[in-house]
Amino acid sequence: MNAGTLKQILLITDGCSNQGGDPAAAAALAREAGITINVIGVMERDIIDEKGAAEIQNIAMSGGGVSQIVYTKQLSQTVQMVTRKAMTQTIQGIVNKELKHILGSNGSIEALPPEKRGDVLEVVDELGETVDLDILVLVDTSASMKPKLETVKEALLDLSLSLNARMGNNQFSVFIFPGKRKETEKLLDWTPKLESLAAIFPKLQTGGITPTGPAIHEAIRHFDRKRKLRGYHTHDDGQYFEESI
Amino acid sequence: MMTDNTLKNPFNDPPGTVVTGKWHKNRYRLLKRLGAGANGAVYLAESAAGPVALKVGVSTAQVASESSVLKTISKARGQSLGPSFLEADDWERGREIIPFYVMEYIDGPDLLSFVTGKGFSWAAVLVIQLLSDLQHLHEQGWIFGDLKPENLLVGTPGNRIRCIDPGGMTKIGRSVKEFTEFFDRGYWGLGSRKAEPSYDLFSVAMVMINLAYPNRFLKKQANGFPQLMAAVRQHAGLCKFEAVLRKALGGGYRTAFEMRQDMLMLLTSHREKKKAKTTHRPEKSKLGQSRAKRRRFRKFKKFMAAMMIILMISVLYWYYTYGQISIPF
Repeated sequence: MNAGTLKQILLITDGCSNQGGDPAAAAALAREAGITINVIGVMERDIIDEKGAAEIQNIAMSGGGVSQIVYTKQLSQTVQMVTRKAMTQTIQGIVNKELKHILGSNGSIEALPPEKRGDVLEVVDELGETVDLDILVLVDTSASMKPKLETVKEALLDLSLSLNARMGNNQFSVFIFPGKRKETEKLLDWTPKLESLAAIFPKLQTGGITPTGPAIHEAIRHFDRKRKLRGYHTHDDGQYFEESI
Repeated sequence: MMTDNTLKNPFNDPPGTVVTGKWHKNRYRLLKRLGAGANGAVYLAESAAGPVALKVGVSTAQVASESSVLKTISKARGQSLGPSFLEADDWERGREIIPFYVMEYIDGPDLLSFVTGKGFSWAAVLVIQLLSDLQHLHEQGWIFGDLKPENLLVGTPGNRIRCIDPGGMTKIGRSVKEFTEFFDRGYWGLGSRKAEPSYDLFSVAMVMINLAYPNRFLKKQANGFPQLMAAVRQHAGLCKFEAVLRKALGGGYRTAFEMRQDMLMLLTSHREKKKAKTTHRPEKSKLGQSRAKRRRFRKFKKFMAAMMIILMISVLYWYYTYGQISIPF
C-alpha cells in the first residue's frame, strides 16, 4: 500500500474571514490537491459567534479534515489531537479504499467482524507511525488574536514534540495572515524543527483584516512549490514505501 | 467526515436498556453509567455470566484498537494490570451501529479518593504494586501511556491496584497518542513522547505527586524539574521519596523493577531507621569502601611490579658495570 506523504494544513483562527473569497471553497480546492485542512477555533472566555463557528466547521468539512473549537488554555492538547485524528482519518480512508479492492463495494472496517478489525487497525497504526507528514500551519494574526499568540506558539512547539516522537519524518512550515505587506506572509519555510518559532513568534504584529480564503490559496501554492522542488531533487525526501495488508 | 465541536456525550442510555450484539447475539442489560468521555462511555451491565463493564464508542477504529490491546494483554499469564477482555461486537441502536466491547468489571474507588480517604501511607504501597504490574506490561512490549489516578482503581476486595482505561496503551518504540498534560514528561519539558518504559515511570512519579497535591498545579517555566522537586520537598509524605522521584522524573530508571526496588528499600530502611539509626547506609558505604580499597590495592600492585622491574634492571646493570670494572682486576 502506498501512503506517500500526508499533507495537512492546520488553520488556527478565532473568527470569521472578512476578505477574499469563501474559505470553504479554497478548502475544497485543497482537498482536490490532496491536502487535508484542519481548523482550530480559539476562544477566550466568550463563546465564539455562531457565524464563526459555522465557518470553521465548514472549512474543515470541505477540506476533508477535523475541526474543533477550544478555550485558549486547552490549545496544546487539542492541536496535537486534531492533527492525529486527521492523520488517522486520512490513513483510514486509504486503508478502506484498499479494503474495497479486496472485499468489494461495502468493504470498510465496519463491515468486518469485530475479531478481524484488530489486524486492519494494526496496519492503520503502523502507517500512522511511519508515514511522512507535511504540515503547513496558518495562523490568524488579526487584532483579536494578540492575547492568544503566546499559547499558539506553545501549542505548536508541543505539536512538534508529539510528531517528532513518531518514526516517520515531519516537515513544518508556518504562514501568518494578514502579513505585514501582503495578505499572507511566510514565517518559516519547510523544516523538520519548529523550535525556531520561539524566537520569531513574540515579535509578531497583530491587526488588520482576516483574509482566510486567500491564505488557504497561498498555502496550496506553497505545497505545490515544494512538490516541484522535489521533482528536481528526487533523491532527497521523495520517499514512498510499499506496505501490504 | 468527522467534526466534533460539541462536548455533549452521545451516550446517555437509561438503565434497563438492553444491548444485543449484532455478531455474537449476546445480550447485556445496562445497569449504570460508570463514566463518560469524549470518545464514549463505560456502563456496568448484567450479562448471562454476571456483572461486566461494557464500553461503547463513537469510532469503530478506536473501539477495535482498544479491544485488541486488551486482548493481547489478557492473553499474558499472571496478574494483569488491566481488566480482562471478554468480547467485542456491534450494537444496532435504532439505525445507528454502535461498536462496543465487554470486559471484566472491576469494583472499587479510584486511586485518588482511596488515598485521600485512607491516608497517604497507602500511596507508596499502591505505587509499588503498580510498578510490578507495569514491569509485566513493559516486558510484553507495551507501555500504559495515559497513567493518572482517574484511570486507576483500587479493587475491592484485596486492595489491589488495577487500571480501567486501556485507551493510552502504546507499543514500545511508537509515539504516545493519548496523554494528560500533568502526567506527560513532554509537557514538563523533561523528555520526548516516545513510548518507552521511562515514559510510564515519569507518570508514576507524577501520580505520587498528584496524590500529595490532589488539586494538581500548572507548569511555571519551560523546564519543570525545579518546580516539581520543590513540590516534593515541601510535602511531608513525599519528601522521603525524594531520591526515587528525582531519578524517575529525570528519566534515570530504565525498568519499573529498578524503581520498585528503590521504593521498597526506602520504605523498609525508613522503618529500621526508627529502631537503629544505621542499618542500610553503612552497608552501602562499606561496600563502597571495600571497592575503593580494592582499587587502591590494584594500584599498589602495579606500582610494586614497576618497582621490581626497575630493581631487576638496576641489579643487572650493576652486575654488568661491576663485571666490566672487575675484569681488569
